[in-house]
Amino acid sequence: MMDKLQIKLPGLDLKNPIMPASGCFSFGEEFSHLYDLSELGAIMIKAATDELRPGNKTPRVAETSSGMLNAIGLQNPGVDHIIENELKFLEQYDVPVIANVAGTKIEDYVEVAEKISAAPNVSALELNISCPNVKEGGIQFGTDPETAYRLTAAVKEVSTKPVYVKLSPNVTNIVEMAKSVAKAADGISMINTLIGMRLNNSGRPILANTTGGLSGPAIKPVALNMVYQVRQALPDIPIIGMGGIATVDDVLDFISVGADAVAIGTMNFTNPYICKELIDELGKKTEEMNLNHIHDIKGRAFL
Amino acid sequence: MLQLATAISKSEIADNIYELVLKTALGKYTLRPGQFVHVRVSKSVEHVLRRPISISNIDKGNNEITITFRAEGPGTKKLAEIKEGETVDVLMPLGNGYNIESAKAGEHVLIVGGGIGVPPLYELSKQLHERGVKTTHVLGFNSRKDVFYEADFKAFGETYVATADGTYGTKGFVTDVIGEIGTGFDKFYACGPKVMLKVLDETMPMDGFISLEERMGCGFGVCYACVCDTKDGRQVKICTDGPVFEKGAVVL
Repeated sequence: MMDKLQIKLPGLDLKNPIMPASGCFSFGEEFSHLYDLSELGAIMIKAATDELRPGNKTPRVAETSSGMLNAIGLQNPGVDHIIENELKFLEQYDVPVIANVAGTKIEDYVEVAEKISAAPNVSALELNISCPNVKEGGIQFGTDPETAYRLTAAVKEVSTKPVYVKLSPNVTNIVEMAKSVAKAADGISMINTLIGMRLNNSGRPILANTTGGLSGPAIKPVALNMVYQVRQALPDIPIIGMGGIATVDDVLDFISVGADAVAIGTMNFTNPYICKELIDELGKKTEEMNLNHIHDIKGRAFL
Repeated sequence: MLQLATAISKSEIADNIYELVLKTALGKYTLRPGQFVHVRVSKSVEHVLRRPISISNIDKGNNEITITFRAEGPGTKKLAEIKEGETVDVLMPLGNGYNIESAKAGEHVLIVGGGIGVPPLYELSKQLHERGVKTTHVLGFNSRKDVFYEADFKAFGETYVATADGTYGTKGFVTDVIGEIGTGFDKFYACGPKVMLKVLDETMPMDGFISLEERMGCGFGVCYACVCDTKDGRQVKICTDGPVFEKGAVVL
């Protein structure tokens, strides 16, 4: 049954199309006490930067209707620590690791990408050009197509593993962004969070950062449309779709608009077993729907 | 870690303060006072974040825990609508909890609670009392309508109440009561608003432990939402490294 869920993408032999999204799974250790991480399609680990980043001031999260805002600020122990500790821990699992790479200058991205792509259990990179919560940069790479292309090309030169670029929805024309990075990238992951804010009863922002990234089921319609648009414009680029996935029907929706695989973010907080449950349910669903392979329904929204 | 619990009883014990007794298998856990549960307030995805709520009473023999919370926002208000017999989805037990071995039999400790920080101190006082530790309690609330657990704490030791508006007990804050009764205790244990903890952390002459509150995402160390700085320049997560810290350890 499970081979019906197997998917091959650049650098990635996925047992199934389901993986936790970067930032919602830390580096996996906490979840390893809950279920076998080898059951996952892949793991997108928390963003790595060249040096340790302490992140933003608290409060860093606030709930919204069917969603949440976060402004963590890319807190991480730095790429060297991640390679020596967090990635080493993951070596015991038979699961592809997608390393999320972040920075504020092209040189930062290049340095981190070069180092982390050399780690033996990293199968691919995900360029984080779309974090809305870091003031001194990052996001400009995600909003200007030419800058995004140049960054991707620079990283491709040093990376020994395929490079996926994570697109920001906070742009006027997502297709233009996708087309531009596709000139250099091996694949696209989309979408990152939408910029939003929430006030307290006194009319002041709850998040110390004022604004944060909106995620969760509230953003699913936006994500679905963006994947739909990009898939129509780029029929062949591998796409890992994400944005508010909470149920197996949401997974089917993303594949229906052309995603090859999907990532689960916020719902890992709501239900820590969500990825494992969705994998099981997706297996059953392919049987119920009499599919030979889950990709039989890929792009059916266009037909 | 994920447990399904059954709501046994629910009662409003002060203005918007609810006590919910949950029945769930506790056999495999070593539960400590000061630990919390992360509660999913409804099955729908309208509320994607769980709510961290302190355990106020542990009854291991009957497989029951009590959680006490203030129905403040839409999530906790929904939780307050739970009816007896309904199932509640909790992650538990979370956090480090208070180290009750820190006080020896015969010692006299001060327990200080502010508002919705009071509940975990009840189980703490109960366990310290069982260990032969003498406890004095100082509880602070905004107003008479907010006061709860006074009689319960009295069963274990001297209990003082302060209200900010003076409608019950001493007018003022817990620090005003402490100013009167003095600081002649072997240790202190506190939970409450950050301003209260900061004053205690800076002014109490004896060793002590404080329990922090913060907006949380996951509750088990994944999301990095509830971090705070330590005085020696590190960062800790309140959900897994805390919520209880030694006096002087963290920047408040």
